[in-house]
Amino acid sequence: MKKSKKKGFRPGYDRATQFQLHTLMLPGTILMLMFSVVPLFGLLLAFKNYKVIEGIKGVFTSPWYGFQNFKIIFGNFDFRRMLTNTLGINLIGNLVGILAAIGFALFINEISRARFKSVVQTVTYMPHFISWVVFGSIVITLLSGDGGLFNQILLKLGVIKTPIVFMAQPRYFWAIAILSNLVKELGWSTILYTAAISGVDQELYEAADLDGASRIQKMRYVTLPSIKGTIVIMIIFAVAGIMNNNFDQIFVLQNPFNIERSEVIDTYIYKVGMQQLQFGMAAAVNIFKSILAIILLGMANFVSNKLTDNGLF
Amino acid sequence: MNKIKSKKEKRYQVILTTVMVLIMLITVYPVWYSLINSLNSAQDISKNGFAMLLPGEFSLDSWKSVLKNPEIFRAFGITLSRTVIVTILQTLFTSMFAYGFSRENLTGKKFYTAIGFLSMYLNGGVIAYFILFSALHIYNTYWVYIIPCLFGGFYNVIIFNTNYKAIPDSLFESAKIDGASEYTVFFRIVIPLSKPVISALGIFTAVGTWNDYSQTLYYTKSSEIQTLSYYMLSITKSSASAAQLGETMSAGASSVLTTMSNSAANYKTIELACMVLSALPLIIIYPFAQKFFEKGVMVGSVKG
Repeated sequence: MKKSKKKGFRPGYDRATQFQLHTLMLPGTILMLMFSVVPLFGLLLAFKNYKVIEGIKGVFTSPWYGFQNFKIIFGNFDFRRMLTNTLGINLIGNLVGILAAIGFALFINEISRARFKSVVQTVTYMPHFISWVVFGSIVITLLSGDGGLFNQILLKLGVIKTPIVFMAQPRYFWAIAILSNLVKELGWSTILYTAAISGVDQELYEAADLDGASRIQKMRYVTLPSIKGTIVIMIIFAVAGIMNNNFDQIFVLQNPFNIERSEVIDTYIYKVGMQQLQFGMAAAVNIFKSILAIILLGMANFVSNKLTDNGLF
Repeated sequence: MNKIKSKKEKRYQVILTTVMVLIMLITVYPVWYSLINSLNSAQDISKNGFAMLLPGEFSLDSWKSVLKNPEIFRAFGITLSRTVIVTILQTLFTSMFAYGFSRENLTGKKFYTAIGFLSMYLNGGVIAYFILFSALHIYNTYWVYIIPCLFGGFYNVIIFNTNYKAIPDSLFESAKIDGASEYTVFFRIVIPLSKPVISALGIFTAVGTWNDYSQTLYYTKSSEIQTLSYYMLSITKSSASAAQLGETMSAGASSVLTTMSNSAANYKTIELACMVLSALPLIIIYPFAQKFFEKGVMVGSVKG
């Protein structure tokens, strides 16, 4: 440091300090360059006619293909079907999920005993940490046509005469995906809202009490407006992530019988790329997905800035 | 609360408590259901369907065959070692990177910001990774579980960064005056002061790594290096399709209550025992780790 002062450097900019800082960052930098930046060259594949045997050099040397890969995909019947499923499951799922999370958070906040409140939170967070493989298999077992819980109950109540094979019927798939995700993530998704609610100024509630506000009125006019910022940010994230299905979940629940309603963008990329080895087409779908996601993020942010003065950027 | 309201308030709390207990039961039930059915005998399931509350006929057969299966043991070992290595190294490398990144006097910050955001918002996709891993000769080896997973991503860097910024500058200054190097500052001052965020992110990494199956699905093909999650996935997939084929046939015969054949039920109880086994470590550490979760999400939410 003394040396650098002599040379007119500010402290902390001397060679030894900089060297130490950069070496601390070295492993992370190498890993990021290698496993995040280098793979971006893979996006070139969308515009190439690439064959697996060509290896890593082929990414650069294989012949250009123009927009041929995109044309094949957009013309494909499967593509439209999986786009509908992706958007459908995500739109309905996010709408239900956000409303349920806000509602649940509001009622958790109403619990007066702190101990019970933390028990409710601990228990309902738990399924979030169980893998989708395990949770998905449990869902499949619960819905099984051979003596699964739902069929047993429906048969006993006399609602149905013969068991329904839920997992093999495409028309139930959206509901199964949305509801199973709701049960698994409901508790966890309230975490940000309960945190936001606990930060609301208590004087606002006291003032509302003096005005004789009912419980519902306090939620409507005090709590909800106070956590508006959090809600807006969660909606922006939901809209931006609308092309991202939960691969882990959908892939477990998917089977050849329900494929027409269960094929989503990520399982489609897996199928086209890793199973059929159509690398160019898979890369094209990936680019399509990324561009759409960035546009959606920008749009959601713009709309929320206009409407509520709250945005991400 | 005033006294006139208190009776109404009490009734409200009773209703609220009932609803909350119901919601808790719904969230816990799926795990309970798989536990009791893994402890149920296959004969009972094939006769009466799956148990709802308690095992119809208690049996440890499925657990015995799971614990005797060498494939499951190997998968368990691979998953465990992978989780431990990745959690420790990933947390270390990410926090080291974040420390450098958080210092005001770091030169070349623009470069790090650029690669950080690039890696956060763009993704080469499964195919690019497949080609890269093949070129690096880690495709279909144990290393594919370790090497690409050693950095926690730029989002975690931002979370660490927010935390480091909260450490008072005077601490750094006095350490520097005492002649401490940046390494000493990081390992002796920053790490001990960042224990909550390190534990929170470490737990998230551990859970994510333990539960991950896509790395196995995409980048391996031999069964010797499959993880527990992937093993679960493959038996779930095969039992689901086998059961469904059977069902569609028997549904055509319009019997009133179709139940599984003995062997299918046997297979199913083994699958359930296996599921409970793979979720067990998480359920055991869950109560201890739980207090960090909220912190972990909170530090994420204050990112600027």
